[in-house]
Amino acid sequence: MKELLKDKLTGQFTTVQFEFIEQFDELTLKFDKSAIVNVCAFLKDEDGLKFNFCEDVTAIDWATRKNRFTVVYHIFSMENKFRLCLKVDVDESECSVESVSSIWKAANWAEREAYDMYGIIFLNHPDLRRMYMPEEFEYHPLRKEYPLMGIPGAIPLPKK
Amino acid sequence: MQKLTKDDVHPKIVQALLGTNVHITIDDALENEMILNMGPQHPATHGVLRLLLRLDGETVIACVPELGYLHRGYEKMAENMSYLEFIPHTDRLDYISPPANNVAYALAVEKLAGITAPPRAQYIRMLLAELARMCSHLVAIGALAMDVGALTVFLWGLREREKILDFFDVICGARFTTSYTRIGGVASDVTSDTMKNIISFIDQFEEKFDEMERLLNGNRIFIERLEGVGVINKEDAIDLGFTGPNIRASGVEFDLRRATPYLFYNEMDFNIPVYTEGDCLARYFVRADELRESAKIVRQVIDKIPNGEVMLNSPKKVLPRKTEIYTKMEELIHDFMIVNFGINPPVGEVYHAVENPKGVLGFYIVSKGEGHPWKMKIRSPSFANIQAIPHLVKGQMISDVVAIVGSIDPIMGEADK
Amino acid sequence: MGLESKLINDGFFTTTVDAMAAWARESSVWPMPMGISCCAIEMMASGDPKYDISRFGSEVMRFTPRQCDLMIVAGTVTYKMAHVVKKIFDQMPEPKWVIAMGACTSTGGMYRSYNVVQGIDQFLPVDIYAAGCPPRPENLLNALMQIQDKIGKTRVKDFPDPPHTSIDEKQGELSLSKN
Ligand code: SF4
Repeated sequence: MKELLKDKLTGQFTTVQFEFIEQFDELTLKFDKSAIVNVCAFLKDEDGLKFNFCEDVTAIDWATRKNRFTVVYHIFSMENKFRLCLKVDVDESECSVESVSSIWKAANWAEREAYDMYGIIFLNHPDLRRMYMPEEFEYHPLRKEYPLMGIPGAIPLPKK
Repeated sequence: MQKLTKDDVHPKIVQALLGTNVHITIDDALENEMILNMGPQHPATHGVLRLLLRLDGETVIACVPELGYLHRGYEKMAENMSYLEFIPHTDRLDYISPPANNVAYALAVEKLAGITAPPRAQYIRMLLAELARMCSHLVAIGALAMDVGALTVFLWGLREREKILDFFDVICGARFTTSYTRIGGVASDVTSDTMKNIISFIDQFEEKFDEMERLLNGNRIFIERLEGVGVINKEDAIDLGFTGPNIRASGVEFDLRRATPYLFYNEMDFNIPVYTEGDCLARYFVRADELRESAKIVRQVIDKIPNGEVMLNSPKKVLPRKTEIYTKMEELIHDFMIVNFGINPPVGEVYHAVENPKGVLGFYIVSKGEGHPWKMKIRSPSFANIQAIPHLVKGQMISDVVAIVGSIDPIMGEADK
Repeated sequence: MGLESKLINDGFFTTTVDAMAAWARESSVWPMPMGISCCAIEMMASGDPKYDISRFGSEVMRFTPRQCDLMIVAGTVTYKMAHVVKKIFDQMPEPKWVIAMGACTSTGGMYRSYNVVQGIDQFLPVDIYAAGCPPRPENLLNALMQIQDKIGKTRVKDFPDPPHTSIDEKQGELSLSKN
């Protein structure tokens, strides 16, 4: 499966640089964020691959690195019983990436969650609202600079 | 449903409704749509789920779930505590089946640290996970029945659940929030007496569950309120990220216990119940069948369980035994190091998913080689399952909404995290 | 029981209407189950056949605040939820009591994080704190019994907002004066 995946991807996308990482029996695929929609659509529809199930979309905040965020997708192929992890780097200065919710509907809420927690904008997302925090809330809590106990008064309490 | 118009109502009623207030200008009072708020405090939303419904008469046109009323900040907290400290927090994710979450988390961390628990510990984990599945499905079926108006099954289900909780009490020391697994094993062994008791519980359980099923399966109200309601087909179910019993009710044979076996599930003999209808009734049937399968697995586990240790002997990663800490210097130091500085797994990233009672529960852990995770993401089944509610309730009657939410069986603890 | 042994002698006993009312109020506390998370499951368990909260006259769990006089807050209260809890509490008629069930509601418990209210007493008047994470059903029943004691000792003059003053005074009907 791993070989097939590598062959098909490098055959289809000649201009995209793929980096394959294998760790703990898991295959991770790293590439530039501009190709994300095309690669995902290909992975979903191509015969023999059929990654039809999007388990999760999340992000990592590296705090001090140049490309500050990494957006991580976990997708699963029910036909081949194979899990793949996709990664794209996103910089803080241009904090956005194309949404994949048109490919997997399941990504819709997961992307909203990543937006709420990290402030990464998902372009062309049908409904990019905050998932958990109130809409008036100004911060993104999972960013490393946000303190664990929060900022006092950021969310109001009812009066006694 | 036929829409009610102004002409169907006596003009005098419309007059009374509008009153003498001339400032209201409504083209047709009964033609207009309505927004209804359901939750977050509502007996049928299973916690603090909030649904905003747009209604045309009795028919639901659109629905928007709102989450976040139970957002407790697990992922942020996980970044600030050691791997061991997080185990009690996993109890409170899916709080109907705490041991199953413990197992999922321990497996993920063990994969990251590169250790495997001894076989006896793994069998015990399987035993607890299946008992937890039974707990969860009993509550799910009972709550579904209660939502559509049958209270007896709920009370009978709780009665059986109490018996399982008593076993948890004996095995883990807590009846509900078990915190039972450790990295590299489980906290304590299960005695053979307890296992005998569990077997005798299973023996009587099957009879008791037949009784419960007879109450429901022959009940016309129950069947008619669920049949053909909230239908979702195979493709949509996969696309929307459905997992667990919900997806198996839509005709997809997807169960991680078989797809990517973990623990010793590949040595167990059990079936994966699959129904193709995709409606609320099918989701109930899947849960009922799974209860029986779980009982079968529990029997096999107790039959096959090997003897041996329940904690791995690996001083740098696994907590030493208490008796040794008190008597030996080296173990004392290890214990001190693990408790204070953590288990320091290698640098790397790991994603491990298991089949929980509600669906696929996955932990994604990013380690920088420190005692606490750099990032932890919890992929919770209820989160994805709730996402499908707007799709399911569209075009249904408002009274079906409770049946649909009940049949999805969401738990807000893990959906909101 | 106390009552029969008194009645057996002369067939009557003396008390005040106030005490009688307190006794009646005490033995049929109707809880408003404000079940938010894990503790709610234990609250549910206290209503099941094994623990049977109806022995204490409190099995009538009403999901509408208008019919309740005891609010059991069971579960982690987040900032977003706090407004909802407060709104529901305000709708309950006086006199009313509150049980904070579990570590979370009492102090924030194990959740020292940005979104959890560190103790609901910041915005609600709490009468009893039930310890535990979650408190076992026995412990909830214990909290209920303690609140019954408290209710039994409460007289009309102790009510923070006596019931008769809350009747709409503007309309002028039924305006009983306090003295
Ligand atoms: S006190 Fe414990 S059991 Fe209760 S709601 Fe809080 S975390 Fe859950």
